[in-house]
Amino acid sequence: MNTENTSLRVLVAKVGLDGHDRGVKVVARLLRDAGIEVIYTGLFQTPETVAASAVDEDVDVVGLSMLSGAHMTLAPLVVAAIRARGVDIPVVIGGIVPNGDVAELKAAGIAEILGPGAPADEVVAAVRRAAANASV
Amino acid sequence: MSDELRNDSGIEIKPLYSAADLDDWDPASKLGAPGEQPYTRGVYPTMYRGKLWTMRQYAGFGTPESTNERFKFLLGAGQTGLSCAFDLPTQMGYDSDHPRAEGEVGKVGVAIDSMADMRLLLKDLPLDKVTTSMTINSTGAILLLMYELVAEEQGVPSSAISGTIQNDLLKEYIARGTYVYPPRQSMRIITDIFEYCAKHVPKWNTISISGYHIREAGSTAVQEIAFTIANGIAYVDAAIAAGLDVDEFAPRLSFFWNAHNNFFEEVAKYRAARRIWFNIMNDRFKAKKESSKLLRFHTQTGGSTLTAQQPENNIVRVALQSMAAVMGGTQSLHTNGFDEALSLPTERAARIALRTQQIIGYESGIVDTPDPLAGSYFVETLTDEMERLALEYIAHIDELGGAVAAIEAGYQMDEIENAAYEYAKSIDNDERVIVGLNKFAVNDDPEPEVFPINPELERGQKARLGEYKAARDQAKVQAALAALVEAAKGTDNVLYPMKEALRVDATLGEISDALRGVFGVYQP
Repeated sequence: MNTENTSLRVLVAKVGLDGHDRGVKVVARLLRDAGIEVIYTGLFQTPETVAASAVDEDVDVVGLSMLSGAHMTLAPLVVAAIRARGVDIPVVIGGIVPNGDVAELKAAGIAEILGPGAPADEVVAAVRRAAANASV
Repeated sequence: MSDELRNDSGIEIKPLYSAADLDDWDPASKLGAPGEQPYTRGVYPTMYRGKLWTMRQYAGFGTPESTNERFKFLLGAGQTGLSCAFDLPTQMGYDSDHPRAEGEVGKVGVAIDSMADMRLLLKDLPLDKVTTSMTINSTGAILLLMYELVAEEQGVPSSAISGTIQNDLLKEYIARGTYVYPPRQSMRIITDIFEYCAKHVPKWNTISISGYHIREAGSTAVQEIAFTIANGIAYVDAAIAAGLDVDEFAPRLSFFWNAHNNFFEEVAKYRAARRIWFNIMNDRFKAKKESSKLLRFHTQTGGSTLTAQQPENNIVRVALQSMAAVMGGTQSLHTNGFDEALSLPTERAARIALRTQQIIGYESGIVDTPDPLAGSYFVETLTDEMERLALEYIAHIDELGGAVAAIEAGYQMDEIENAAYEYAKSIDNDERVIVGLNKFAVNDDPEPEVFPINPELERGQKARLGEYKAARDQAKVQAALAALVEAAKGTDNVLYPMKEALRVDATLGEISDALRGVFGVYQP
């Protein structure tokens, strides 16, 4: 797939109990500005509900906004729940992830990790890269 | 740089302010004296000459024992009040063994499931002397009652304890997200708390009407005070509708503001907010007691202003923000740790944050006289302009049917989302400079030390909860929860059956589930 020219579909999600959604809402709009189709799940999703929405909506990438420190538990569960449905939609995390956690998350199948202050073009590039690598 | 300059609230800043800007301006009606109507200059006559603000650092993580240790460290370092952070399951009414709690136990605050946890949290703390602020909303009544019960066990009567529960659900729907029940049911619990505290815990601040989180969600400074004061109006309306007298509960209402980097805008914001609240309580609600008309507030420096890049720069940001809060007349202050864009604060960062307040308080001379910026052409013009714009928003929310109706229509959320988007764009296109992020960046930013959370704590917390549940009289728990359900279905104050349920060792999750069964959960 030529991810530069084809329209991508992205599901952005808040998984867990954290209610801070400024980041995810801003990222949704910045992705839309870049011509990407975005679906936002709303708050309080579980790994299962995120995986189900990702498959139902036939998205190319899932973006998780994680700020509460639950990423080491919940993000791998999202990857597993997606794979359990027989698909391999790449998962990108944005938010607060200490550098020390990155290797373990990558090993669990997380495609990309974006930290605080990442500019829009970096976010868009990470999403496009994740989609491109998944479709190879 | 363009000739036109606007502050973060979109107010145009002129190249120069002079006496002409205050031509029609009457200091007697606009300012009065500190401690006098309309309280623009502060709620007390002597302000910090009498007593410095309460230095109250927000802390809480992991187990009750580890948070108790941090509290003792902070009190030992000269902090004068406590402020407790709870983990998300505690805030959302889930016990640590609930499936939805997985991965969240003890992460953003301390895990409290039961009276056993609360006893450990407050162990050896002088509850008759220290005041405690608890950032707790949907489950605020439960935590307040647990605090009261532990104080009783320690021999401290309810009339002697003092502190604050945040208990501001309207801003949860608007900005922070830890809501459980629908808005109108939440308002009922809140007014039950007002009534209970007026009778039994008279020194407790029953609500901290919070602009902090509205600002963190991306609002402007004007929206922060406007949406928050509109929420305040809704709480007063609800309590009056429930049959309470305004002067019975209004003196225990308190506010919570943010402090961002635009120094004069922030100072003007605090001053404008005090004047607006005075006028509302005086004119709209006809309060008689002076203490009903005072906007007393806590301030926290702005978490969203911190950068993960070159984190030491945040020490300077926090110092500027704290100075604004002090010049704006805050009653208490939390200063963020410089590493908080990355994790909870390390002990070193927490100490520097507290020292920042102490340097302002003891070395700077800022505290020597109240409201030192009063009469400044610029600050007075800005204060008036922020008041005018905030009142426009409040009038619009009134037209929509008040804060609750406006929330149900999504009004405040849309406004905040737009402001947050514009802010992000302004950084992205370099219109706005964030030092160390989009200007003066470095490539060799060293990885800072981050605060570690013990991954074993979730298991330990679940084990303690299991033992607690096994050791109690189950029939008594069921009967107490059934009584709570009955009260919730009718109009009786729900705090009394909640307290009985806690006495027979019901847990936070069980009490919340009982109310969920009656009130339902909010789906935006």
